[in-house]
Amino acid sequence: MGHMLELFVRSIFVDNMIFAFFLGMCSYLAVSKNVKTALGLGVAVTFVLLVTVPVDYLLQTKVLGPDCVVEGVDLSFLAFILFIAVIAGMVQLVEMIVERFSPSLYASLGIFLPLIAVNCAIMGASLFMQQRIGMEETNVQYIGGIGDCVAYALGSGIGWLLAIVGLAAIREKMAYTDVPKPLQGLGITFITVGLMAMAFMCFSGLNI
Amino acid sequence: MKLFSDENKAAFSSPLNLNNPVTVQVLGICSALAVTSQLKPAIIMGLSVTVITAMANLVISLLRKTIPNRIRIIVQLVVVAALVTIVSQLLKAFVYDVSVQLSVYVGLIITNCILMGRLEAFAMQNGPWASTLDGIGNGLGYAWVLVAVGFVRELFGSGKLFDFQVIPDSWYAANGGWYMNNGMMVMPAMSLIIVGCVIWAHRSLNKEEK
Repeated sequence: MGHMLELFVRSIFVDNMIFAFFLGMCSYLAVSKNVKTALGLGVAVTFVLLVTVPVDYLLQTKVLGPDCVVEGVDLSFLAFILFIAVIAGMVQLVEMIVERFSPSLYASLGIFLPLIAVNCAIMGASLFMQQRIGMEETNVQYIGGIGDCVAYALGSGIGWLLAIVGLAAIREKMAYTDVPKPLQGLGITFITVGLMAMAFMCFSGLNI
Repeated sequence: MKLFSDENKAAFSSPLNLNNPVTVQVLGICSALAVTSQLKPAIIMGLSVTVITAMANLVISLLRKTIPNRIRIIVQLVVVAALVTIVSQLLKAFVYDVSVQLSVYVGLIITNCILMGRLEAFAMQNGPWASTLDGIGNGLGYAWVLVAVGFVRELFGSGKLFDFQVIPDSWYAANGGWYMNNGMMVMPAMSLIIVGCVIWAHRSLNKEEK
């Protein structure tokens, strides 16, 4: 339980998807123009993460790992194809569920819902999970069970959500500032994210 | 048919500058930021992406008339994932240390937006030769930004280029000189700011042509 809490807190602040690994940058930069849509996308990403990482964990440990299906065969080189298929399938499923039960949320997310399938943060979380299974048990980043997976996925999702909502709020205010012409738009956004990342570096000594 | 018709030349050269995937279209940022703390992984990453974009563009362009429209995204993802698996195995076999350094970012080429963007926007409508050129062009456009950022970060962050010491040892404060490495440069945060500056420079240079 203690390890799960540690994983959860660390993946929000220290191993933040955006500020430490730059995952999901494309949609992060494209959808952060106002807080409301940013929040919607953040929630959707968190939800998809929460579903795909545990499923990919089960696939990795029960199907792809050494000696799982056939004795003496290590299938882990198939991980890329299998993970992306799971993600694409899950996103399709989430899209159908949201459309069925909450048409208003579906309309407000629009094109961004299907685009989560190619969001690097989702694929990245699964690949990091695959890496972390092989770590030593004493490592703070170690993932040893389905519970750890859920904690890690939830933490990463919330970290991503925090980052995108924060940037959206800053960009809403920045609309009133006088930025040099060539720097406007993308350039200044990058530098803002860089400064936010520096602020988040303060958490790197965090220990619980 | 000429090998380099005008359109093919444009398909190849416009992504290098005016239509650069990173600085203008803002695609494929994730890996551009993460692998650039040194020059060598940046170059290998740039080359891998170039090869994968070119091959994926070629394959999809050959298949474009047979792919049903409704499942095209899945088909594209599978083609890309297969190519990335091959490249990842090759990297592990020949440059193991770099492949360890790149870690998950090789796998993340699958979700690199440059690939999906080019496949959707170009390869689905154009012939195989033009698509291959377009893929190489976009890959190289991506690669030069990576190399530029990697150059600045490695030079100022650790005083080295390709792991060779460039700044003389006697300059360092530890040896009685005046120079210190900027430790900030190797931090992730700095790559965002450098890419921001590259975009700034690129846009102010190209202002007249727009």
